[in-house]
Amino acid sequence: MSPPGSQHKNKMALNSIHWFRKGLRLHDNPALREAVQGASTVRCVYFLDPWFAGSSNVGVNRWRFLLQCLEDLDASLRKLNSRLFVIRGQPANVFPRLFKEWKISRLTFEYDSEPFGKERDAAIKKLAMEAGVEVIVKISHTLYDLDKIIELNGGQPPLTYKRFQTLISRLDPPEMPVEMLTDTLMGHCVTPVLEDHGDKYGVPSLEELGFDTEGLPSAVWPGGETEALTRIERHLERKAWVANFERPRMNANSLLASPTGLSPYLRFGCLSCRLFYFKLTDLYRKVKKNSSPPLSLYGQLLWREFFYTAATNNPRFDKMEGNPICVRIPWDKNPEALAKWAEAKTGFPWIDAIMTQLRQEGWIHHLARHAVACFLTRGDLWISWEEGMKVFEELLLDADWSVNAGSWMWLSCSSFFQQFFHCYCPVGFGRRTDPNGDFIRRYLPVLRGFPAKFIYDPWNAPESVQAAAKCIIGVHYPKPMVHHAEASRLNIERMKQIYQQLSRYRGLGTRSENMKLTSSSVVFSARSVGEPRSNRKWQTDRPQRRWTAASAPAAAWYMTPQLPVWTEVRFTV
Amino acid sequence: MKRGLQGNEQEDGGGTSGGCQKTLKRSRKQRREKDLEDEEVRWECLPQEILLHVFQYLPLLDRAFASQVCRGWNEAFHMPELWRCFEFELNQPASSYLKATHPDLIKQIIKRHSDHLQYVSFKVDSSRESAEAACDILSQLVNCSLKTLGLISTARPSFMEMPKSHFISALTVVFVNSKSLSSLKIDDTPVDDPSLKVLVANNSDTLKLLKMSSCPHVSPAGILCVADQCHGLRELALNYHLLSDELLIALSSEKHVHLEHLRIDVVSENPGQQFHTIKKSSWDAMKRHSPKFNLVMYFYLYEDEFGPFFRDEIPVTHLYFGRSVSKDVLGRVGLNCPRLVELVVCANGLRPLDEELIRIAQRCTQLSAIGLGECEVSCSAFVEFVKMCGDRLTQLSIMEEVLVPDHRYGLDDIHWE
Repeated sequence: MSPPGSQHKNKMALNSIHWFRKGLRLHDNPALREAVQGASTVRCVYFLDPWFAGSSNVGVNRWRFLLQCLEDLDASLRKLNSRLFVIRGQPANVFPRLFKEWKISRLTFEYDSEPFGKERDAAIKKLAMEAGVEVIVKISHTLYDLDKIIELNGGQPPLTYKRFQTLISRLDPPEMPVEMLTDTLMGHCVTPVLEDHGDKYGVPSLEELGFDTEGLPSAVWPGGETEALTRIERHLERKAWVANFERPRMNANSLLASPTGLSPYLRFGCLSCRLFYFKLTDLYRKVKKNSSPPLSLYGQLLWREFFYTAATNNPRFDKMEGNPICVRIPWDKNPEALAKWAEAKTGFPWIDAIMTQLRQEGWIHHLARHAVACFLTRGDLWISWEEGMKVFEELLLDADWSVNAGSWMWLSCSSFFQQFFHCYCPVGFGRRTDPNGDFIRRYLPVLRGFPAKFIYDPWNAPESVQAAAKCIIGVHYPKPMVHHAEASRLNIERMKQIYQQLSRYRGLGTRSENMKLTSSSVVFSARSVGEPRSNRKWQTDRPQRRWTAASAPAAAWYMTPQLPVWTEVRFTV
Repeated sequence: MKRGLQGNEQEDGGGTSGGCQKTLKRSRKQRREKDLEDEEVRWECLPQEILLHVFQYLPLLDRAFASQVCRGWNEAFHMPELWRCFEFELNQPASSYLKATHPDLIKQIIKRHSDHLQYVSFKVDSSRESAEAACDILSQLVNCSLKTLGLISTARPSFMEMPKSHFISALTVVFVNSKSLSSLKIDDTPVDDPSLKVLVANNSDTLKLLKMSSCPHVSPAGILCVADQCHGLRELALNYHLLSDELLIALSSEKHVHLEHLRIDVVSENPGQQFHTIKKSSWDAMKRHSPKFNLVMYFYLYEDEFGPFFRDEIPVTHLYFGRSVSKDVLGRVGLNCPRLVELVVCANGLRPLDEELIRIAQRCTQLSAIGLGECEVSCSAFVEFVKMCGDRLTQLSIMEEVLVPDHRYGLDDIHWE
């Protein structure tokens, strides 16, 4: 309650809870500030259900990252004479008790745009109302108010990046980040901490959550706000030094984890996206002595925003069935093939090395994601993107629900009007990126002995070379699980069939939004100025054949050669 | 059922002339009074033609619900016109996420509607059972005179995994009984030369489209037989190993109609495979006979297998390179493909394709669409390419990584250009 001898006006003590979910930071946290503002006490809580931890589809790296974030929060709060309260259990079960026990009158949290989050929050709001607790929610996980973007687009989320960019350029710029929580801001607000805080509300360890940490290598991506803020400075320094805001060309080094990488921190909210946005803007203006930065400067952040917007009103965003924006593709059910891909046993060193890095470290380069996603879905194995999404959910540090599902739909050409002419070759693509094969040797030590010539397709190496490398293909390393040329040829045909049928039945060719070839970068509509949109040669347009019961379909079915249209896109932040 | 009613409501509201005869004779006042009473009566009176028209807009499931309403609607549901087209979806839960066509429905179709079927396709998943189920149905289509038949594997080519003889005998049933096959799609199946002979013996007058890419049991002689006999053939899709000079000459014979579309898949089975060449004179004969035909070629070859290709002028219109292709080959494409309309290059390498692209812009005057995957082109060359192509270029699809900024243009500048 009010601390003794307090100089407060004689009013009811205001006790607040700030509920951390994402937004694991003290900087740019407007909801947290609301919790503290004019409050007598504040308690920052985080809910963790240990039982849930064991059964959830979340791997050890993600748990560790989270726990490190929580430790970091706790440490930062200690400096303000406060602590983090890690509550074991589920919010809906525990909140009513806490409201009573701590005599809470205010609950604050950062807005969660994901459908599941909105549902959970609605239930909690109801509980709070019943307990007479004021609820304050603030938007700070996204740059913009996503509902406004949707409203501007006539009630539907934009399904092409180009359209998305157009819409946000019409909005006011994002709000400035608010100040970090300091002693001054805390004011008279305190946090009552009991003796047994550590036991009751301390951050659990990985072992407590049921993980075996013996032999676990140290984290390549250490979690926490402190780390995030250090990284962003490094990130900006590097950009300033290079004085180049273009996307750096892909080379062998890009594949490795970078000390300036920010995507996991943005996902957990250790780093505020708005802070990043404004720091980028400031730096650009300083270096380029120019007034307006191009939208492409914020590419990373905007892609993330795009997927959040697309997902916020679609509870089935992560499914194929019943998802209004997802094409129904007849994926193959093949658990063995899926397991080989997930466990890095495909026999293609490029794919296996990427999947190994993913499992060991929790992050892979965005083009590496393209490569493995393409291999699993439309490129080679023809397995459903939902399966790949689940594996990424388990292993990838920066994969949250919206961005992960959206990216997988994108890469498997299941949505967002993506087309599919180009398929990454599991041999050629890697070879062009890292000709020497160091990435492979690093993550697949068994292949170290192979020379660069054969390291991407070791099955083609003569027996002598394999013997010299002490690695016989088929014995020490698997044979390739598919014949790539054949598989990709078949799969291109499949995709074409699907899109041709779609265009016939759904009249895809008539909607103006889908005409655009969009990419995060180059947009070439390549139509002469003044040419009306309806003249666009969308390949599935010609010839229009309606398959009605009464009319005979014309002789030609899959007749016209189609230039499948394809666009490049950043996978995720 | 609701949707069925809606459909009819619209129909009713729209056309008053379709009502039952007796209502037309009543006075307006009387009609208004009797309106409510007569609602039920009117539905029954809808003539079959109107029901048919409405039913055609309904998906099968909704039609089926509608057919449960009354006898009249049930009869309409079974009208032959509604059963001309059908797509059998054959999936197993273990291998597919999609639902299969219900076995009872299949039985009913075979029993009541097999002689109505004219345009039929089978979509099968990657399991052998689905392919076999498809063939079982085919074997029962004895009274059908199919115009269109499509065998489509939606995942792995499961028709190749079933016993060949079972497949052939099922297919033969259709070939022999239909006698009016116009479109046939049998890619990735174990069809062979003898069965093609049967096809030709019974359907040579009507066959217009034949798609048979990746049919490993067919030989050049087998397809030649088709070309020789089926003079109405307008569209053909096959693999390169079936292509021969004789085939092209046969397709260009006087008796033959103009070919509209020829699609050829050039696929490498083993690295270092040797491919035969086609004489320029054969292509010239094709061009003379069918000046507007589309020649679509899909290449899935290793870089060093392109030797025999693009040495001479070839009338290809749509070119797709599914794997990495060298600068040298792209240079030859620029020289030898004057009819080129679409070009897709999935991958090339790390040296810029500037000269090759410019040459293609210069010499392929029909080029209207291009797609570039993992290649490199300098920004200046790219801008020049686009300028040279001008208005005719309607589709351009390119990865950002392809463009290499140079002293004249950065990436942002490209947008403005």
